[in-house]
Amino acid sequence: MKENLLVSSSPHLRGGRKTNMIMLDVIIALMPAVIASCIIFGWRAAIILGITTGVCVVSEWLSRLIMKRDNTIWDLSAVVTGILLAFNLPVSIHPVMAGIGGVVAIVVAKQMFGGLGQNFVNPALTARIVLMVSFPSQMSTWTKPFEYGYDAMTTASPLGILAESGDTPMPSYLDLFLGNHAGSLGETCALAIILGGAYLLVRRVISPIIPGCFLATVVIFSLIFQRDILVDLLSGGVLLGAFFMATDYATSPINWRGKIVFGIGCGIITMLIRIFGAMPEGVSFSIILMNIVTPHIERLTRPRAFGKARKERKNNEA
Amino acid sequence: MEFPSNPFRTFGGVRAPHRKNTAKSPAVMMPPPEQVIIPLCQHIGAPCNPIVKLKDPVFVGQKIADSPAFVSAPIHSSVSGTVTAISEITLVNGQSVKAVTITSDGTMTTDPNIQPPSFESREGFLKAVRESGLVGLGGAGFPTHVKLNIPPGKNVDTLLINAAECEPYITTDHRELLENSEAILDGIFVVLEQLSIARAIIGIESNKPDAIKLLRDMLAKDPRNSDRKVAVLALRARYPQGAEKVLIQAATQRIVPEGKLPLDVGCVVMNVTSVGFLGNFLKTGMPLITKRVTVDGSAVNTPQNVIVPIGTKVCDLISFCGGYKTEPKKMTLGGPMMGSALFSDEHPIIKQNNAVLAFNEKDSRISKPTACIHCGFCLEVCPMHLMPVMLEKYTEVNNVDELKNLSIMTCMECGCCSFNCPATRPLVHSIRLGKAMIRKADAAAKAKAEEEAKKAAEAQAEKSAD
Repeated sequence: MKENLLVSSSPHLRGGRKTNMIMLDVIIALMPAVIASCIIFGWRAAIILGITTGVCVVSEWLSRLIMKRDNTIWDLSAVVTGILLAFNLPVSIHPVMAGIGGVVAIVVAKQMFGGLGQNFVNPALTARIVLMVSFPSQMSTWTKPFEYGYDAMTTASPLGILAESGDTPMPSYLDLFLGNHAGSLGETCALAIILGGAYLLVRRVISPIIPGCFLATVVIFSLIFQRDILVDLLSGGVLLGAFFMATDYATSPINWRGKIVFGIGCGIITMLIRIFGAMPEGVSFSIILMNIVTPHIERLTRPRAFGKARKERKNNEA
Repeated sequence: MEFPSNPFRTFGGVRAPHRKNTAKSPAVMMPPPEQVIIPLCQHIGAPCNPIVKLKDPVFVGQKIADSPAFVSAPIHSSVSGTVTAISEITLVNGQSVKAVTITSDGTMTTDPNIQPPSFESREGFLKAVRESGLVGLGGAGFPTHVKLNIPPGKNVDTLLINAAECEPYITTDHRELLENSEAILDGIFVVLEQLSIARAIIGIESNKPDAIKLLRDMLAKDPRNSDRKVAVLALRARYPQGAEKVLIQAATQRIVPEGKLPLDVGCVVMNVTSVGFLGNFLKTGMPLITKRVTVDGSAVNTPQNVIVPIGTKVCDLISFCGGYKTEPKKMTLGGPMMGSALFSDEHPIIKQNNAVLAFNEKDSRISKPTACIHCGFCLEVCPMHLMPVMLEKYTEVNNVDELKNLSIMTCMECGCCSFNCPATRPLVHSIRLGKAMIRKADAAAKAKAEEEAKKAAEAQAEKSAD
């Protein structure tokens, strides 16, 4: 007779994919852009990447320790946040500032709200915005690509060129696509981001709805306002934001209708800031703003349960 | 008759591993064990009362318990011998029921009163079905005579035969299709005739091509099917195609409304083993006393299909299958997705069981749940379009109204959400707690309303007395 049996609630079988494997997939998808940023901006890019990732992981470990909670660094989400934060910084930023960004991302934006899955705004973007308002000049000084030293020349980013309408020539489409222009670490090389995004789509880590709606909205606005569509798509953080930031699970809606609304919202706000705003770029603000309204979007776009009656439409004709 | 050539689209579902290791194993008849423990409630509905006494001799197929209630099914002895105990036992679902223990005399003497049933009307047919003790053999155990008793005013045009068998490991329905196909067709044609239903669709998952071909060939030759009343539909091999509402959607594109029955969309769904049994019963009159069961899992020596007398203890069945290979850590009655974990291998096999699985330590491990990452994978796979993650959250904060809003009662506990959760959260378990909470709240509300009505009536009486 066997009595020492394990009794648990069904199902007794689980699928293979675990949280840390999903995060590992995201890290793999970020690798092309990591390599591209190190080629374009040199060893300083590698240092910034190392600092933000290290600070994020250590902050995660320390804050969980202080809060007497389980150690969660092995779910790898802090590594993802660290890489994404570095991607949003200019290569010339002071390493201490990058470190402050890491602490803000993990401790303030993530752990204070309960950790992975509980944060209501994207940690890396929150840190970027905090740094932008704290160190505005450092955060908008762009270095010329392929000049690796501390004495590298500064220049304007493509969207800056577009906004200022000065004498600086616009980089060619090919340069924009390959990343041979000024900008944040991870956002310049469109090719690397598209490769990573395709990997995420193939591995079914993200659904194509958010990036699709986001980019489509950008294209539509670009058409309406007769801007250069390719420049709008390839410059700034649109691609990075659409594939890696807007698709963050914790801060985007969970069902497909919500995702459509979210993606379109991101696109609209991005383009409104680009066209009418004081700043040349608006991707991070658009995503953060949509993050904040995500719970409301989710409430309004709940799926209709199987067999649940449609709500009676109010008759307006009376 | 109109038949779909391809299944209609269904929602969600997961690609659960098939692991149909025993698909090629013909069912072996198990010799009667020394002792059987026959619980007196093997169905949804009122438990039966024993009609035998201690030390009574019983025959194979003799009725030993019945109930005057409508939603119930009688229980028969599966061996011949003597009643040695009538006691209370705990079933795997936690229900405490009476059980009759019969010590076998080893002769398997059949009850001389058993004869094929004869009937002339629908009422007579349903009475015979009731006497056979048949319940839904797919797992739910709903008394078949109740299901087939279509209330006047309901228009039923389709009989669906559920042979999807989407649960991993289990192959009993597959073997039933191959070994008992004649009786299955007999059963189907009798039900169609007696209930005057226009067509029958046999839904089989496409991972059983041999069964699909066999049934199609037999139906093509069968003279009773000259007017093409019955057809086989190859379903997608995607869990849970065999769930009642999902099967109805796949075969007819109809959606069963929330809180309604298949009858409300013109369907009656029967498990293939149930109709197979019915076919045999109408010929022989032998009630439901055996069940084909898949014995499998990493801790069993010889995985195989076995025809087991009802009431056989799980440990006796495992011994028949060569015993345990290693120390079992987890055992389930039913498949790994929806089956219940056994607390002891002394538990008897009952009518609606279709598998006994025993897993070693490695296969029983459960990873610790981690934080929900809000990925929405549970929504993607829910065949009922629910939001498991929200149901879990509202259960945690006891929010009955929101749970009802989100149609928690529509959940059939198929387990897709938990299966697909990267944080290994016990979503189905939370939903079960949430459902229990709603039932409790509803009962409390009902009691309160009754009490208030009583008080109001008393006040009224006092008033009129003044």
